[in-house]
Formats: sequence, structure tokens, C-alpha cells
Amino acid sequence: MRIGANLLIGGTLFAVVVIAGVLAPWLAHTDPVMDANLMNAEEPPGGAFWFGTDAQGRDIYSRVLYGARISLTVGIVSQLINTVIGVCLGLSAGYWGGWWDDFVSGLTNLVLAIPSLIFALALMAILTPGLTSLLIALGLTNWSFTCRLARASALSLKSQGYVQAAKVLGYGDVRIMVTQLLPNMLGPIIVIGTLGMGGAVLAEAALSFLGLGIRPPFPSWGSMLSDARDQITTAPWISIFPGLAIFITVLGLNLLGDGLRDILDPQGRAGKA
Amino acid sequence: MSAEPLLQVDDLRIDLALGDERFAAVQDVSLSIGRGETFGLVGESGCGKSITALALIGLLRPPLRLAGGTVRLDGREIQSLRPAEMRRLRGKRISMIFQEPMTALNPVSPVGRQIAEMFVLHEGATWQEAERRAVEALASVRVAAPERRAKDYPHQLSGGMRQRVMIAIALACSPDLLLADEPTTALDVTVQAEILDLVRDLCAAKGTAVLMISHDLGLIANACRRVGVMYAGRIVETRAAEEVFRAPSHPYTSGLVASLPLLGARARQGRRRLKEIAGVVPSVAGFPHGCRFHPRCGRASDLCREDDPAPTPLPGDGLVRCHHHG
Repeated sequence: MRIGANLLIGGTLFAVVVIAGVLAPWLAHTDPVMDANLMNAEEPPGGAFWFGTDAQGRDIYSRVLYGARISLTVGIVSQLINTVIGVCLGLSAGYWGGWWDDFVSGLTNLVLAIPSLIFALALMAILTPGLTSLLIALGLTNWSFTCRLARASALSLKSQGYVQAAKVLGYGDVRIMVTQLLPNMLGPIIVIGTLGMGGAVLAEAALSFLGLGIRPPFPSWGSMLSDARDQITTAPWISIFPGLAIFITVLGLNLLGDGLRDILDPQGRAGKA
Repeated sequence: MSAEPLLQVDDLRIDLALGDERFAAVQDVSLSIGRGETFGLVGESGCGKSITALALIGLLRPPLRLAGGTVRLDGREIQSLRPAEMRRLRGKRISMIFQEPMTALNPVSPVGRQIAEMFVLHEGATWQEAERRAVEALASVRVAAPERRAKDYPHQLSGGMRQRVMIAIALACSPDLLLADEPTTALDVTVQAEILDLVRDLCAAKGTAVLMISHDLGLIANACRRVGVMYAGRIVETRAAEEVFRAPSHPYTSGLVASLPLLGARARQGRRRLKEIAGVVPSVAGFPHGCRFHPRCGRASDLCREDDPAPTPLPGDGLVRCHHHG
């Protein structure tokens, strides 16, 4: 099978971020929170500080590495929550139809009508800031696309011969959904999930930037950007590197999503079969 | 209980709802199938064969609805069972194979696993044991190298192989009754014969009765002991298979028999045009008054246009619905 350039580049970028996050304790030069030293404040990139230091003299390189852990945790976990919610609702709505479908479709349209970032902001305002709240807020606000996709797939798949056959052979509704429908719609769901992960990383950065996400001094790329606002002209490296990290992560996830679509798309697969 | 037929269908009626109107797509269908017996249901497209089969396992979906009649399995009425009870019958006691082996298998699951699922679902087997029995089931439908084939996905198999897999799935739990809806229509002629032999041998070995549905009278007459001929939602003639060919009673059956190519006879008598039955099957919404076959029938009289013929017994456990049978 030919692996597309998107998949290769996206996968590599994403892998780099994952490795950076996982190996942060070994790769980092200093502790990202504790090693503040005002003597080294706002050092430009070079020698001891590869990415320079921030206003408190903390090593930006180390903070960016640790920031990857938070971004990836938020991206992956919140998107998993979204996918589970979206698939459960969409799949059952498409398969069962009737009032349940009306209810789920209504709910989906309602959630789609509210900008998800504003919705997450409102949730964060109610919950106490922190990683768990962030996961909940982002995990509850972005399932509508997955839900629509799962519903549409279920609608078209349920008239397939093998779904009818499963009914004839005595499969129950849940078993049909899990064994017949879900595996056949997994490709597009994975694509949407990967793209959504990029969205979640951005949303985490935005919420942290606004001070409603990860609280300082813990290193989140969003809060690092927020802290760097005042020095953007005098010490641009403080904002450039976390910005670059966000850019690389989201770009990597989007390319990865596109690349996966190329190989998982039913039409693409039919062409190769 | 031993005298009781396995399946006894009485006065089955299936309604088709179009807007506010209701039409009887299938009416007064009665048939009985004994244990291990092979019964054929033959008729043109749209005469109600397939929906009759679906009605037997309670899978009619709107706009179709079971509107009357009883379906007894071993003397127990099953047409009004609760969905969960009906589901336990499906696949375990009544199973089904379809016309389209291309689409009846889940494309993303290895075929061995799809067979194994039946043992897990209906017999509570562990996956390990079920996978082992799935390989045996594949061997029983005469698939070569079953261990290797069990790991194959449907798209890696030919049409005939897929139908074998489908048969293995349908017969996995040794059901009492197999509904075979045009099981060979989508296959090559040479494969057709193999599949029919396979169904016959396996069902004989497991004591499974078969309701074989087809538009092909020749195939049905070969494969079945008794035959029901359906026309426009009714069974117009029920006979032993050899009788149908030798002395068809209903004019529609005569027409069907006359429309079959007779290869041996043609060779002896020179080329002969095949006879067709004039006209087309009436639509459900416009079944004619009186006998439903009269507009296409050569023997039709005024009586046929007025009066719907009741079933008349024929010698040797047969029935015919015609005023001028014989």
C-alpha cells in the first residue's frame, strides 16, 4: 500500500510531539515549574537555554516539552470522550430512528448552534479550573460532528444485506450495532477523531490563554502564550516557541487525519480491493 | 406431537399500507412443512414469496404488516411472540439464507468469526470453542483448507464460497427450518448445482426442513418434495413436485411448466418456440376481481371473473385454486 505524504509528514510531526511529551523528564534541562531564576530572566535562545528563558528565568525548552504532556492529554482524552458520546448517540439514533432519533438530532443541532469554545468557556466558568475540568468541558462540547457522522453511517449501513442477515440470524440490536455497524463506520470516525484532536489542542490553548484552563505555573502552551503577551516585542522567543509547538501539533494532527482519510475512506479502499 | 407438522401456516395475510389504503399483498396462504421435509415455493417476481418468508420469522417492516393468520412451529403459535422470544428462535430454530451472498456477509469481519458468533450468540460457547467449531462448520460446507479460509474476509472469497459460508452460518446451530430465498439465483449454473446439493445433504444430515423460494420451477422441482405455486399473493396449487411437472392442474402452473426449455425434447422434435404466459403479474393495488389469474388465463369463463375459486383438494395431498382445473 502506498503511504501518502500527508500520512507520513503528519505521523512524523505527531510522533515527535508524543515522544517529546513522554520523554519530557529526560529531555528537559530543568524542572519546568520550580527552576525559576530571575538572574536568567528573558535570556535569548542560545547556549544553555536553547529556546531562551521567560520573565521568571525558566527554561522555555523544558516548559515546552512538559507542555506537550498537557496538550496531548487534553487532545486525546477529550476527543475520546467526544467520540464515545458521539458514536453512542449517533449510532443508536440512526439505527433505531423514531423519537430517539428526533431527540438526538435536536440535541446535536442545539450543540452545533452554540460555538463550542463559548460553551466550553461557560462550563469552565462553572467548574474549577484544572486539568479534569478542562477534559470535561472539551469532552462535552465537540461530539456533534462525530454524532452526525455516526448517525448518517448507521442510516446507510442498516439497509445493508449483512445487517438484515444478522437480524434474521437472531442478533440483538446492541450486538448488531457493535458487530455489524460500528466496524463498518470506524474509518471516517477515526478521521474525524484525529482532526478533532487538533481542534481540542487549539481549544485547550485558547482556554488556557484566557486563564480558564491550566493554571500557572504549570506549563501549558496556551498559558505560556498568555504570559508572554507583554514581552512579545522585547522578547519574542517567549511566545514563538510555545506558538510553534501548538502549530506543529495541530498541523501534524490535521495532516494525519487527512492521510488516514486517504487510506480509510471506503471509496479509496474499494479502489484498492 | 409426532403427527404435528414442523411448520403450519394458516390463512396468512400480509397487508401493504400505501398512504391511507391497505392492500393484501399476501392472502389466504396456508402451508405445512414436516420435519426434514423440503418444500418449494415458486412464483414470479412480486408474487409475495419473499415477504411470506420474512413474515414467518417476524421481520416484516412497514409498510408491510402481518394482518392475519397463524404461524405454528411445533404446534406453538409464534406470530405473536414478544420480540425477545422471537429473536431467540431466529438463527437457532429458524434460519435463512439469501439471494445475495455478496452483501449478506459483514465485509470487515473474518468469515470464521462470523460463523463463530452464532455459537457464542445462541449456544453460549466461549470464543475459543466457537472458533474451533467454525472451522468444522466451514469444512462441513466443503470449503478446502478451512483453517486458512476462516481467517479470510468476504471480499477474498468467490460468490459460491460466500454462499457456502452463509450456509455454514445459517446451519451452525442445526435449526429445524431453513428458509432459502433464491439461494442460487446470483450464482453460476455449475455452482448452483453444487450449492443445492450442499443444502440438500447438510439439511438431510441435520434433519433440517427447508422452505426453498425461487422463481425457477425446474430448480424447485429438482430440489423439493412438495411444491407450492404462488400467484398474486396466493398459493394457487400445492402438489408433490413430480406431479406438478407431470400433470399441472392450475392453468398458471401449466403455463410455467410450458415455459421451461425442454432440452431433450427439443433435440428430438427440432426447434420449438418457448411458450410464455401472456400479460404481467397484476400489482398489489390492482388485483383483479374474481380469480386473480383470469385476465391471463386461456380457460377463463364468466364464473372466473365473478367468483374467487376456493381451494379444491386434488388426489394425493394436493390443493388447487381454480374453477376449471385439471
